Amino acid sequence: MSTAVETHELSKRYRRVSALTECTVTVPEGRVSALVGPNGAGKTTLLRILAGLASPTGGTACVLGGAPRQDPAFLAEIGFLAQEIPLYGRFTAEDHIRIGAHMNPRWDSALARTRLAELRIPLDQRVGTLSGGQRAQVALALTLAKRPRLLLLDEPVAALDPLARRNFLATLASGMADAEGGLTVVLSSHLITDLERVCDHIVLLTGSRVQLCGDIEALLAEHKILVGPRKDTAPIERTHRVVQTAATPRQSTLLVRLSGPVVDPAYQAEDVTLEELVLAYMGAGEASAGRHLTTVGEGS
Amino acid sequence: MISFRVNGRSGVPPYLQIVQQVRQALRMGVLDVGDQLPTVREVVAAVAVNPNTVLKAYRDLEREGLVEARAGHGTFVRKRPPGPPPGTHSRLGRSLARWVREARGAGLDDESMESLLRVTLRAADAADSNSEESA
Repeated sequence: MSTAVETHELSKRYRRVSALTECTVTVPEGRVSALVGPNGAGKTTLLRILAGLASPTGGTACVLGGAPRQDPAFLAEIGFLAQEIPLYGRFTAEDHIRIGAHMNPRWDSALARTRLAELRIPLDQRVGTLSGGQRAQVALALTLAKRPRLLLLDEPVAALDPLARRNFLATLASGMADAEGGLTVVLSSHLITDLERVCDHIVLLTGSRVQLCGDIEALLAEHKILVGPRKDTAPIERTHRVVQTAATPRQSTLLVRLSGPVVDPAYQAEDVTLEELVLAYMGAGEASAGRHLTTVGEGS
Repeated sequence: MISFRVNGRSGVPPYLQIVQQVRQALRMGVLDVGDQLPTVREVVAAVAVNPNTVLKAYRDLEREGLVEARAGHGTFVRKRPPGPPPGTHSRLGRSLARWVREARGAGLDDESMESLLRVTLRAADAADSNSEESA
């Protein structure tokens, strides 16, 4: 399987602040990758570098086989939807479709019109008068009409109500199905239940560093929650990586990344959910950032 | 045609939920040999899951021999899963419903009923393996 996105020790510094530090990330083609992490972890910076809108200060990025750059051939294959939905309020959806057709070589106007008709979004109404959910749908339909091979979405559903969010994700999933494996998506969001439905890959950033990157199902299988009596965890830590510990005077609960079977019968191993996994790594990332007094840059 | 539900909080992976719902529909007779499953496009538009999830579920069902993909046409039911005919399930379901009413009447809550069922299943398994050993 080929790779859509590959970065090697990618770094971005803004003056004295590190927005990304030595980030090595791989997203295989045809996947939907969840980009998660606390605010200011570097998610937006990573997306902007992949889209060719910002340049790294260290390391390399390879997107669809080449370095991200501001040239028409590269940009024709990338769809980027920024946090603040970039539409012209005084123009209608139909105006936007026609503008898109002028500016994009592989543009599929029929695709955008059909999708918006399915959602009963009026094509002849000024976009500024539509609801937030409808505007997000218009923006996504336009981005998909470009028929990109890589779609980068920066918190597209953050401001939407649950129904609008579900519709947005359904449109995204339909776009994936239409592309028949030829579309890769990187989607940043804080809404883990949404991500669980559509994403099969995850990149987790905390404090400008990558904590976790890979196939969600494989990562869930590699991690377990160990529940047992309170005792020295050193034997466990020698074989496995302990991500998070919680202890009461009698009991300890460890979230571990396994490297082999757990031999101590005192521990009971339970499966982890994606939410538990994400929260554990976010917590661990913050704790280590505190220890090393690393400056956490605000992603811009 | 059937429709799927995908529950993000059930702990069962979404692809397995789809597999289970197809098997269940086959057992209950909601789906029959020759029936078409919804296309990947239809499923993702309805339940907003990753198309790879639906493809994986359909591939699993195909490996089991329950469905077959016909190029350009879609995925169709090939055979029913092994087990009794559909009527059996609804008949047993009715007698189980009678039992549940009786258990409720006797003051058992859901959790007690579930643990009673588990204990009984385990006892039945043990009895089966004993009779196999003595045979």
